[in-house]
Amino acid sequence: MPEITYLQAISDALWEEMERDENVFLLGEDIGAYGGAFKVTKGFQERFGPKRVLDMPMAESAIVGAAIGSALMGMRPVAEMQFADFISCAFDLLVNFAATNHYRWGSPVPIVVRAPAGGGLRAGPFHSQNPEAWFAHVPGLKVVAPATSYDAKGLLKAAIRDDNPVIYFENKYLYRHVKGEVPEDDYMVPIGIADVKREGNDLTVITYGAMVQESLAAAETLADEGVEVEVVDVRTLKPLDEETILNSARKTGKIAIVHEAYRSYGAGGELAALIYEDAFEWLDGPLVRVTAPDTPVPYSPTLEDAFRPNAEKIVEALRDLATY
Amino acid sequence: MNLTDEQLLDIYYWMRLTRAIDERITLLYNQGKILGAAFSERGHEAISVGAAGALEDDDIVAPMHRDLGAYLVRGLPAREIMAQHLGKVTGTSRGRDSNMHGLGDLSHGIIGFVSMLPASLPVTVGVGLSFWLRDEGRVAMTWFGDGATSTGKFHEGLNFAGVFKLPVVFICENNQYAYSTPTSRQFAIEDIADRAAGYGFPGIIVDGNDVLEVYEATKAAVDRARAGGGPTLIECKTMRMLGHAFHDNAEYVPDELLAEWEKKDPVAQYENALIEREVLTEERRQEIESRVRDTLEEAQAFAEESPMPDPADLEKGVYHEPGCYWEQQVNSD
Repeated sequence: MPEITYLQAISDALWEEMERDENVFLLGEDIGAYGGAFKVTKGFQERFGPKRVLDMPMAESAIVGAAIGSALMGMRPVAEMQFADFISCAFDLLVNFAATNHYRWGSPVPIVVRAPAGGGLRAGPFHSQNPEAWFAHVPGLKVVAPATSYDAKGLLKAAIRDDNPVIYFENKYLYRHVKGEVPEDDYMVPIGIADVKREGNDLTVITYGAMVQESLAAAETLADEGVEVEVVDVRTLKPLDEETILNSARKTGKIAIVHEAYRSYGAGGELAALIYEDAFEWLDGPLVRVTAPDTPVPYSPTLEDAFRPNAEKIVEALRDLATY
Repeated sequence: MNLTDEQLLDIYYWMRLTRAIDERITLLYNQGKILGAAFSERGHEAISVGAAGALEDDDIVAPMHRDLGAYLVRGLPAREIMAQHLGKVTGTSRGRDSNMHGLGDLSHGIIGFVSMLPASLPVTVGVGLSFWLRDEGRVAMTWFGDGATSTGKFHEGLNFAGVFKLPVVFICENNQYAYSTPTSRQFAIEDIADRAAGYGFPGIIVDGNDVLEVYEATKAAVDRARAGGGPTLIECKTMRMLGHAFHDNAEYVPDELLAEWEKKDPVAQYENALIEREVLTEERRQEIESRVRDTLEEAQAFAEESPMPDPADLEKGVYHEPGCYWEQQVNSD
């Protein structure tokens, strides 16, 4: 199997889906002639033409609104937010229109909104956020956040073929920092299925996105210290694969939840509640969260490094947890 | 304009049916049979009927809560609309949405709206985008009020439609109040139609109480859009004759203003015009009135006899999947 970057995996998924289904088209800012702010769609306009790779005015509500309208007419739009931070400009269309439409009058809204998220790139408060919890709270949306090249490609294909609105959080730090084997054949990673990225019997880390790599690195360190850490990559935040998460929680009884997003009311709170409600008797220690603090994402390297969780901070939390 | 007498009478039927259902909804609300809120479109019949009447069957509409006539003209059954108001499972949304909200049914080419007006506007532009991408020769139309033009969604939607010259017709119902806020607190211009110039397409003003004027202007815009000429903004000047919703007595609206517009009632005006032109005879009037009554009474009886939704279905159909709640609904039709 060829080894490709996370970014290339996203690009390949889009390309192959556009080849497969002429209803699939892309819309976003600077995605056509320029190839996208991160070059995910470089070369697409040459191959698929300006109508299927639409350069849009700088207007996120119009982009998502246009995606919804064309999806209602049977198309399969993939909208790109230039940065996940800018998705707030389209919040209304996503949470009020796209999310509720099927429940209210039965017409599915098969849109994908790609949202390049995450920090570690010294990009400051408005180009580094992880707003997945805003959307995972909303009935009717699906929310995915892949961590590897394999998952990035497979989840994007599944998102495009899904009949529901899917917000696809792709992590910018992973774009060129992660490489992985990806099959050449068509495949999908099903939405709503978590993946145990590393097995272990002593502790469980539940995480997703960029923090999967950091957690795996932390697990290596703990292994050297004789503690076997299981790393569960939830991959899909909504709908959540409760079974895989609970199985791991019951197996180790000591759980750390790690995410790059702000702490309060983040996905970690929901994951913790799930475990307390359904695996309480199996717990051998307190649930631990390793997250960003409740501050905007700072720019300066010293501040951002203090802000963003990493393997080192995870190791520290896991060592504490292991003492129970 | 080349409307035959039968077409003119058809428009009259839809105006009368719209008014009759609207009055019945008002009555049911006052009787306490409609829970929550409900809205009257009294005074807007010419806009909803006239504009929707200018479309072909495979065109798409996204009306809002003062466009009862548009839903009816597109073929949404009166009984479903009535059942929707009573929260019955036979309503268009199966009891999941209220009053005119969520009255969506693509088999009639209707997109249901949400309360964050004009959220349907950029969605309608997206419908137009799909028509343009596939070169289908179809047209998308949406309705919205004067208040909605203050939002970013209005600007983003019209701008986008202008850039791509999409086949979309924007019907603005300027009824002078957004809830209690008069247009003088909404924008600093006289005519909303002026804004179209900023988006690079025509903006025109029509008498929103004259159904034939609305129809004619809309038909020209629809034809232009279908031929690839791009969007049009049509500002229909009218007056909201009742409160924002029934709970609102609208005491902030000057009595003289309402009295002035009462004289311009779109249904009465059109009826008189047709009588004057000898298109509407007393015999035809009675025949149409009897059809309207039959439809209305049947709709109310159907709604009242229909069951409430089953609480066991509460969590069904949030997501679309094979065999889901809504697929079963479609199959049972």
